[in-house]
Amino acid sequence: MSTITQSDAPARKRISRSQSELLSKLFSYFMLCVGSIVILIPFAWMLSTSLKRKADVYVFPPQWIPSPPQWQNYKEAFTTFPFAHYTWNSVIIVVLVMAGTLFSCSFSAYGFSRLQAPGRNFIFMLLLATMMLPSAVTMVPIYLFFNKLGWVNTFKPLIIPAWFGTAFYIFMMRQFFMGIPYELEDSARIDGCTTYGIWARIMVPLSKPVLVTVGVFTFMGTWNDFMTPLIYLTDEDKRTLALALSYFQGSARSAPDLHLLMAASLYAIAPCVTLYFLCQRIFVKGMVFTGVKG
Amino acid sequence: MNTKKKWWTRSRREAVDGYVFMSPAILGLLFFMLGPIAASAYFSFTEYDILSSPKWVGLDNYIELVHDSLFWQSLKVTLTYSVVSVPLNLVFSLLLALLLNKNIKGIFVFRTIFYLPAVMSGVAVALLWKWIFNPDFGLINWAIGLIGFEGPKWFIEENWALPPIIIMGLWGVGGSMLVYLAGLQGIPTDLYEAAEIDGANKRKQFRHITIPMLSPVIFFNLITGIIGALQVFTEGFIMTAGGPNNATLFSVLYLYRNAFDYLNMGYASALAWVLFLIILAFTLIVFKSSPMWVFYEGNRRSAK
Repeated sequence: MSTITQSDAPARKRISRSQSELLSKLFSYFMLCVGSIVILIPFAWMLSTSLKRKADVYVFPPQWIPSPPQWQNYKEAFTTFPFAHYTWNSVIIVVLVMAGTLFSCSFSAYGFSRLQAPGRNFIFMLLLATMMLPSAVTMVPIYLFFNKLGWVNTFKPLIIPAWFGTAFYIFMMRQFFMGIPYELEDSARIDGCTTYGIWARIMVPLSKPVLVTVGVFTFMGTWNDFMTPLIYLTDEDKRTLALALSYFQGSARSAPDLHLLMAASLYAIAPCVTLYFLCQRIFVKGMVFTGVKG
Repeated sequence: MNTKKKWWTRSRREAVDGYVFMSPAILGLLFFMLGPIAASAYFSFTEYDILSSPKWVGLDNYIELVHDSLFWQSLKVTLTYSVVSVPLNLVFSLLLALLLNKNIKGIFVFRTIFYLPAVMSGVAVALLWKWIFNPDFGLINWAIGLIGFEGPKWFIEENWALPPIIIMGLWGVGGSMLVYLAGLQGIPTDLYEAAEIDGANKRKQFRHITIPMLSPVIFFNLITGIIGALQVFTEGFIMTAGGPNNATLFSVLYLYRNAFDYLNMGYASALAWVLFLIILAFTLIVFKSSPMWVFYEGNRRSAK
């Protein structure tokens, strides 16, 4: 018996090795599937509830497949509150913030990466240092500043700062610009291109992955931002979608219309998920790039 | 002489262009950072309600703070949350990244799914989780009921108010997971091949290659995690409004209330500065400890 085992040993080892590889692969798939289910359950429940009748929301144990699905919940969610109007508010703000961020950050980043000017590195270090400061510290004075300018209860405090750059994105774009070969710039200069032309015609077109990354981050951040609109917007008709959603939950003790709330939440999430799916290839590439360089 | 003059104008023109290009950032730094920081430091020594002009009170705000039980409560809540959630998030997102770094079919689909929650932070997600943890109709207590136990009164009992917020944070680790993933893909494969030849098993490879090579990324995630956790706001505001009995009164939430509900701008500024000093202290401790455990590729090369 023992002799057989011994003579079999090398062969068995080889088999067990490929077996263990297969086993580890199966284990990975198993973990990934379990993880995916855990991640997706909240979405599924959200979707299921958004299609329930109000009375069925509180049925316990929960029903997973509502019968019949109440598609009119979506219509009702839009009409109970001026949702189209809130969406429009969010769209205006997001578009202007994205335009401002992409312009100001790529513009500044070019200065920080390629143009020699006295004090440049000091200013850049200062910029990096501000990333470590909690936003809470500047929250009150910025509010007072905007209050003095008469900007409270307008969209301006939500939009204007974006036109003055964001340290994190400037840093990201600077890293990207530094990787673009100087030869391109030099030959354009010989052809009579100005510095501004080089920025517009060479740097910006070549940095699409990082621009998309910054664009997606900005979109998500602005679309989901809750605190800034909460602080600056007081009129009901000026609310953004993210802010409006929180009022949709009803008062602390009265039961909210959960089915409508979930329909509205899904509606608010949809643009983010769509944008992410459309941009994810470029987006992930941009992240990896900055991850390695930074 | 002519060429000398030309050279001078050229570099000068470059400097002017440079300042023009940097101007958005410089102006932003002045308007939205340096100016407000200086103002905030000043306000923290005043009594200010926006309506009348600030009144200098010296250290009064800071003295009041020491005697303010709500301040200590908010600090306790914030630190408890951070001490539990930061390491949990760090380990959990690393495990996920390791799983998603495998070279198997369909991995791209899994990466998308796992990143999905990070795409949609904010109000909608907070509301969704508030409901999942609903003690009477929520999914969690239903699941606990299935295995024959009775779920806790989430959000209603003080001890059960913070855990849902921590769990919700775990669900959204996609961002730091993505940073780990980028780090993992930057580790040269020849290191593993060499270790394999030397007879190191997977566990040893993980301990002696993956972890050291990944330590700068772990460091980055730790620092940003600490800074983020100590400033958590929306979850407490939306899900629990600081309750029950201030069990989820986060520091920034207390700061927000002082500033915008009670219009105590001076006191709020003092709170902000204390919070800043705490964040700074934690960040410095981690920075100081980093030579002991963070391994930079550049050092390895220079040591050779």
